[in-house]
Amino acid sequence: MTALQGCLLISALLFAIGFAGAVTRRHAILVLIGIELMLNAANLNLIAFWRFGPHPEALTGFIFVLFSMAMAGAEAAVGLALIIAIYRHKKTSNLDEVKELKG
Amino acid sequence: MSPFFVITGIVTLLGAVFAMSLRNLVHCALAMAVAFSGIAALYLQLDAQFVGFAEILVYVGAIAILIVFAILLTRSGEAPEKSVLTSGAWTSLILIPLLFGILAWAILHSSAVPRDLPPAPVATVKNVGDALMTKFVLPLEIIGLVLTAAMIGAVIIALKEENKNENPGRKS
Repeated sequence: MTALQGCLLISALLFAIGFAGAVTRRHAILVLIGIELMLNAANLNLIAFWRFGPHPEALTGFIFVLFSMAMAGAEAAVGLALIIAIYRHKKTSNLDEVKELKG
Repeated sequence: MSPFFVITGIVTLLGAVFAMSLRNLVHCALAMAVAFSGIAALYLQLDAQFVGFAEILVYVGAIAILIVFAILLTRSGEAPEKSVLTSGAWTSLILIPLLFGILAWAILHSSAVPRDLPPAPVATVKNVGDALMTKFVLPLEIIGLVLTAAMIGAVIIALKEENKNENPGRKS
Protein backbone atom coordinates (compact mmCIF):
# COMPACT_ATOMS: atom_id res chain seq x y z
CA MET A 1 0.00 0.00 0.00
CA THR A 2 1.47 3.33 -1.01
CA ALA A 3 1.34 6.48 1.09
CA LEU A 4 -1.29 8.01 -1.19
CA GLN A 5 -3.55 5.00 -0.70
CA GLY A 6 -3.08 5.26 3.07
CA CYS A 7 -4.18 8.90 3.00
CA LEU A 8 -7.15 8.08 0.81
CA LEU A 9 -8.22 5.21 3.08
CA ILE A 10 -8.02 7.43 6.19
CA SER A 11 -10.06 10.08 4.43
CA ALA A 12 -12.63 7.55 3.17
CA LEU A 13 -13.06 6.22 6.71
CA LEU A 14 -13.35 9.77 8.05
CA PHE A 15 -16.01 10.53 5.44
CA ALA A 16 -17.95 7.38 6.35
CA ILE A 17 -17.84 8.22 10.07
CA GLY A 18 -18.94 11.79 9.44
CA PHE A 19 -21.71 10.63 7.14
CA ALA A 20 -22.92 8.07 9.68
CA GLY A 21 -23.05 10.73 12.37
CA ALA A 22 -24.78 13.30 10.18
CA VAL A 23 -27.43 10.78 9.10
CA THR A 24 -28.12 9.01 12.38
CA ARG A 25 -27.73 11.56 15.17
CA ARG A 26 -30.78 13.46 16.34
CA HIS A 27 -29.19 16.69 17.55
CA ALA A 28 -28.73 19.47 15.00
CA ILE A 29 -25.26 20.50 16.22
CA LEU A 30 -23.98 16.94 15.84
CA VAL A 31 -25.23 16.87 12.28
CA LEU A 32 -23.16 20.01 11.68
CA ILE A 33 -20.10 18.35 13.27
CA GLY A 34 -20.60 15.39 10.93
CA ILE A 35 -20.71 17.70 7.94
CA GLU A 36 -17.47 19.35 9.11
CA LEU A 37 -15.82 15.93 9.37
CA MET A 38 -16.90 15.07 5.82
CA LEU A 39 -15.51 18.38 4.56
CA ASN A 40 -12.22 17.67 6.29
CA ALA A 41 -12.08 14.26 4.66
CA ALA A 42 -12.41 15.95 1.27
CA ASN A 43 -9.67 18.43 2.20
CA LEU A 44 -7.37 15.57 3.21
CA ASN A 45 -7.99 14.00 -0.19
CA LEU A 46 -7.07 17.25 -1.94
CA ILE A 47 -3.86 17.64 0.05
CA ALA A 48 -2.89 14.00 -0.56
CA PHE A 49 -3.38 14.34 -4.31
CA TRP A 50 -1.47 17.62 -4.29
CA ARG A 51 1.43 16.00 -2.41
CA PHE A 52 1.64 12.83 -4.51
CA GLY A 53 0.37 14.20 -7.81
CA PRO A 54 2.50 15.06 -10.84
CA HIS A 55 2.71 18.88 -10.49
CA PRO A 56 2.83 19.92 -6.83
CA GLU A 57 4.67 23.15 -7.63
CA ALA A 58 1.49 24.59 -9.20
CA LEU A 59 -0.05 24.66 -5.67
CA THR A 60 -3.58 24.11 -7.01
CA GLY A 61 -4.74 21.53 -4.48
CA PHE A 62 -3.10 23.51 -1.69
CA ILE A 63 -4.89 26.76 -2.54
CA PHE A 64 -8.14 24.87 -3.09
CA VAL A 65 -7.95 23.53 0.46
CA LEU A 66 -7.44 27.07 1.80
CA PHE A 67 -10.55 28.28 -0.04
CA SER A 68 -12.52 25.22 1.05
CA MET A 69 -11.58 25.97 4.67
CA ALA A 70 -12.88 29.51 4.28
CA MET A 71 -16.13 28.12 2.88
CA ALA A 72 -16.34 25.69 5.82
CA GLY A 73 -15.97 28.62 8.20
CA ALA A 74 -18.78 30.51 6.49
CA GLU A 75 -20.94 27.38 6.47
CA ALA A 76 -20.37 26.71 10.17
CA ALA A 77 -21.24 30.31 11.09
CA VAL A 78 -24.49 30.29 9.11
CA GLY A 79 -25.40 26.76 10.25
CA LEU A 80 -24.94 27.54 13.93
CA ALA A 81 -26.88 30.79 13.54
CA LEU A 82 -29.73 28.77 11.99
CA ILE A 83 -29.62 26.26 14.86
CA ILE A 84 -29.78 29.07 17.42
CA ALA A 85 -32.67 30.72 15.56
CA ILE A 86 -34.59 27.41 15.40
CA TYR A 87 -33.92 26.82 19.10
CA ARG A 88 -35.22 30.27 19.97
CA HIS A 89 -38.28 29.75 17.82
CA LYS A 90 -39.24 26.20 18.81
CA LYS A 91 -37.29 25.60 22.06
CA THR A 92 -35.76 22.44 20.66
CA SER A 93 -32.72 21.38 18.69
CA ASN A 94 -33.99 17.86 18.11
CA LEU A 95 -34.26 17.33 14.37
CA ASP A 96 -37.14 14.84 14.69
CA GLU A 97 -39.31 17.63 16.12
CA VAL A 98 -38.51 20.16 13.38
CA LYS A 99 -40.55 18.80 10.50
CA GLU A 100 -42.97 21.49 9.32
CA LEU A 101 -41.52 21.37 5.83
CA LYS A 102 -41.88 17.59 5.60
CA GLY A 103 -44.21 16.67 2.74
CA MET B 1 4.00 4.83 5.31
CA SER B 2 5.77 5.75 8.51
CA PRO B 3 4.43 4.43 11.84
CA PHE B 4 3.93 7.99 13.04
CA PHE B 5 1.57 8.59 10.12
CA VAL B 6 -0.43 5.48 11.02
CA ILE B 7 -0.66 6.53 14.68
CA THR B 8 -1.84 10.03 13.73
CA GLY B 9 -4.45 8.53 11.43
CA ILE B 10 -5.71 6.22 14.18
CA VAL B 11 -5.95 9.12 16.66
CA THR B 12 -7.85 11.17 14.09
CA LEU B 13 -10.29 8.37 13.36
CA LEU B 14 -10.82 7.61 17.07
CA GLY B 15 -11.55 11.29 17.68
CA ALA B 16 -14.06 11.26 14.84
CA VAL B 17 -15.74 8.08 16.14
CA PHE B 18 -16.06 9.53 19.64
CA ALA B 19 -17.29 12.87 18.25
CA MET B 20 -20.10 11.04 16.50
CA SER B 21 -20.99 8.48 19.18
CA LEU B 22 -20.75 10.10 22.64
CA ARG B 23 -23.99 11.13 24.33
CA ASN B 24 -22.86 14.37 25.96
CA LEU B 25 -22.54 17.14 23.38
CA VAL B 26 -19.65 18.93 25.11
CA HIS B 27 -17.65 15.70 25.03
CA CYS B 28 -18.52 15.41 21.33
CA ALA B 29 -17.13 18.89 20.68
CA LEU B 30 -13.91 18.02 22.53
CA ALA B 31 -13.49 14.79 20.55
CA MET B 32 -14.08 16.81 17.39
CA ALA B 33 -11.22 19.12 18.38
CA VAL B 34 -9.00 16.03 18.82
CA ALA B 35 -9.97 14.80 15.36
CA PHE B 36 -9.19 18.18 13.78
CA SER B 37 -5.81 18.32 15.55
CA GLY B 38 -5.04 14.89 14.13
CA ILE B 39 -5.95 16.08 10.65
CA ALA B 40 -3.63 19.08 11.14
CA ALA B 41 -0.82 16.67 12.09
CA LEU B 42 -1.54 14.66 8.93
CA TYR B 43 -1.24 17.85 6.87
CA LEU B 44 2.11 18.62 8.50
CA GLN B 45 3.38 15.16 7.55
CA LEU B 46 2.19 15.70 3.99
CA ASP B 47 4.47 18.78 3.67
CA ALA B 48 1.56 21.20 3.81
CA GLN B 49 2.66 23.26 6.79
CA PHE B 50 0.60 26.33 6.01
CA VAL B 51 -2.62 24.33 5.64
CA GLY B 52 -1.82 22.44 8.85
CA PHE B 53 -1.49 25.59 10.90
CA ALA B 54 -4.51 27.14 9.20
CA GLU B 55 -6.46 24.01 10.14
CA ILE B 56 -5.49 24.46 13.80
CA LEU B 57 -6.42 28.15 13.67
CA VAL B 58 -9.72 27.74 11.86
CA TYR B 59 -11.05 24.42 13.14
CA VAL B 60 -9.52 23.82 16.57
CA GLY B 61 -9.58 27.53 17.32
CA ALA B 62 -12.65 29.07 15.78
CA ILE B 63 -15.13 26.39 14.80
CA ALA B 64 -14.74 24.34 18.01
CA ILE B 65 -15.36 27.47 20.10
CA LEU B 66 -18.32 28.39 17.91
CA ILE B 67 -19.83 24.92 18.37
CA VAL B 68 -19.31 25.00 22.14
CA PHE B 69 -21.03 28.40 22.21
CA ALA B 70 -23.95 27.01 20.19
CA ILE B 71 -24.20 24.03 22.58
CA LEU B 72 -24.37 26.37 25.57
CA LEU B 73 -26.79 28.79 23.89
CA THR B 74 -29.20 25.98 23.02
CA ARG B 75 -28.88 24.55 26.55
CA SER B 76 -28.06 21.06 25.32
CA GLY B 77 -24.94 20.53 27.40
CA GLU B 78 -26.31 17.63 29.45
CA ALA B 79 -26.85 14.19 27.98
CA PRO B 80 -30.45 13.46 26.94
CA GLU B 81 -32.44 10.67 28.58
CA LYS B 82 -34.07 9.58 25.35
CA SER B 83 -32.34 7.90 22.42
CA VAL B 84 -29.82 10.10 20.63
CA LEU B 85 -30.41 8.42 17.27
CA THR B 86 -33.06 9.21 14.70
CA SER B 87 -35.89 6.80 14.07
CA GLY B 88 -34.49 5.32 10.86
CA ALA B 89 -30.91 4.99 12.07
CA TRP B 90 -30.69 1.21 11.59
CA THR B 91 -30.52 1.58 7.80
CA SER B 92 -27.13 3.26 8.19
CA LEU B 93 -25.79 -0.02 9.62
CA ILE B 94 -26.04 -1.36 6.07
CA LEU B 95 -25.38 1.81 4.08
CA ILE B 96 -22.27 3.14 5.84
CA PRO B 97 -20.18 -0.08 5.61
CA LEU B 98 -21.34 -0.38 2.02
CA LEU B 99 -20.18 3.19 1.30
CA PHE B 100 -16.80 2.62 2.92
CA GLY B 101 -16.43 -0.75 1.24
CA ILE B 102 -17.01 0.70 -2.22
CA LEU B 103 -14.60 3.59 -1.54
CA ALA B 104 -11.89 1.29 -0.16
CA TRP B 105 -12.27 -1.16 -3.05
CA ALA B 106 -11.96 1.69 -5.55
CA ILE B 107 -8.88 3.11 -3.79
CA LEU B 108 -7.08 -0.23 -3.51
CA HIS B 109 -7.84 -1.35 -7.06
CA SER B 110 -7.38 1.95 -8.87
CA SER B 111 -4.76 2.09 -11.60
CA ALA B 112 -4.58 5.90 -11.39
CA VAL B 113 -2.60 5.81 -8.12
CA PRO B 114 1.06 6.60 -8.87
CA ARG B 115 3.49 4.00 -7.55
CA ASP B 116 6.59 6.14 -7.05
CA LEU B 117 6.91 8.74 -4.32
CA PRO B 118 7.65 12.19 -5.81
CA PRO B 119 10.07 14.50 -3.97
CA ALA B 120 8.62 16.79 -1.35
CA PRO B 121 7.19 19.95 -2.94
CA VAL B 122 8.08 23.37 -1.57
CA ALA B 123 5.03 25.23 -0.28
CA THR B 124 6.55 27.98 1.81
CA VAL B 125 4.43 30.87 2.98
CA LYS B 126 6.16 33.04 0.36
CA ASN B 127 5.15 30.70 -2.46
CA VAL B 128 1.59 30.49 -1.19
CA GLY B 129 1.35 34.25 -0.86
CA ASP B 130 2.75 34.73 -4.37
CA ALA B 131 0.20 32.31 -5.80
CA LEU B 132 -2.66 33.90 -3.87
CA MET B 133 -1.75 37.39 -5.00
CA THR B 134 -1.09 36.64 -8.67
CA LYS B 135 -2.77 33.53 -10.08
CA PHE B 136 -5.61 33.13 -7.57
CA VAL B 137 -6.34 36.78 -6.78
CA LEU B 138 -9.90 36.71 -8.15
CA PRO B 139 -10.93 33.64 -6.10
CA LEU B 140 -9.35 35.30 -3.07
CA GLU B 141 -11.49 38.40 -3.54
CA ILE B 142 -14.61 36.29 -4.06
CA ILE B 143 -13.93 34.26 -0.93
CA GLY B 144 -13.58 37.51 1.01
CA LEU B 145 -16.96 38.63 -0.30
CA VAL B 146 -18.52 35.25 0.57
CA LEU B 147 -17.14 35.39 4.11
CA THR B 148 -18.46 38.92 4.62
CA ALA B 149 -21.89 37.95 3.31
CA ALA B 150 -21.94 34.81 5.49
CA MET B 151 -21.00 36.79 8.57
CA ILE B 152 -23.69 39.42 8.00
CA GLY B 153 -26.20 36.68 7.22
CA ALA B 154 -25.31 34.75 10.38
CA VAL B 155 -25.76 37.85 12.52
CA ILE B 156 -29.11 38.65 10.89
CA ILE B 157 -30.38 35.08 11.27
CA ALA B 158 -29.34 34.85 14.90
CA LEU B 159 -30.72 38.30 15.81
CA LYS B 160 -33.42 38.28 18.45
CA GLU B 161 -36.72 38.40 16.62
CA GLU B 162 -39.23 40.99 17.73
CA ASN B 163 -42.69 40.14 18.95
CA LYS B 164 -45.03 40.66 16.00
CA ASN B 165 -48.65 41.50 16.65
CA GLU B 166 -49.96 39.34 13.81
CA ASN B 167 -48.93 36.07 15.44
CA PRO B 168 -49.37 36.55 19.17
CA GLY B 169 -48.78 32.91 20.07
CA ARG B 170 -45.09 33.13 19.35
CA LYS B 171 -42.75 33.96 22.20
CA SER B 172 -39.26 35.21 21.54
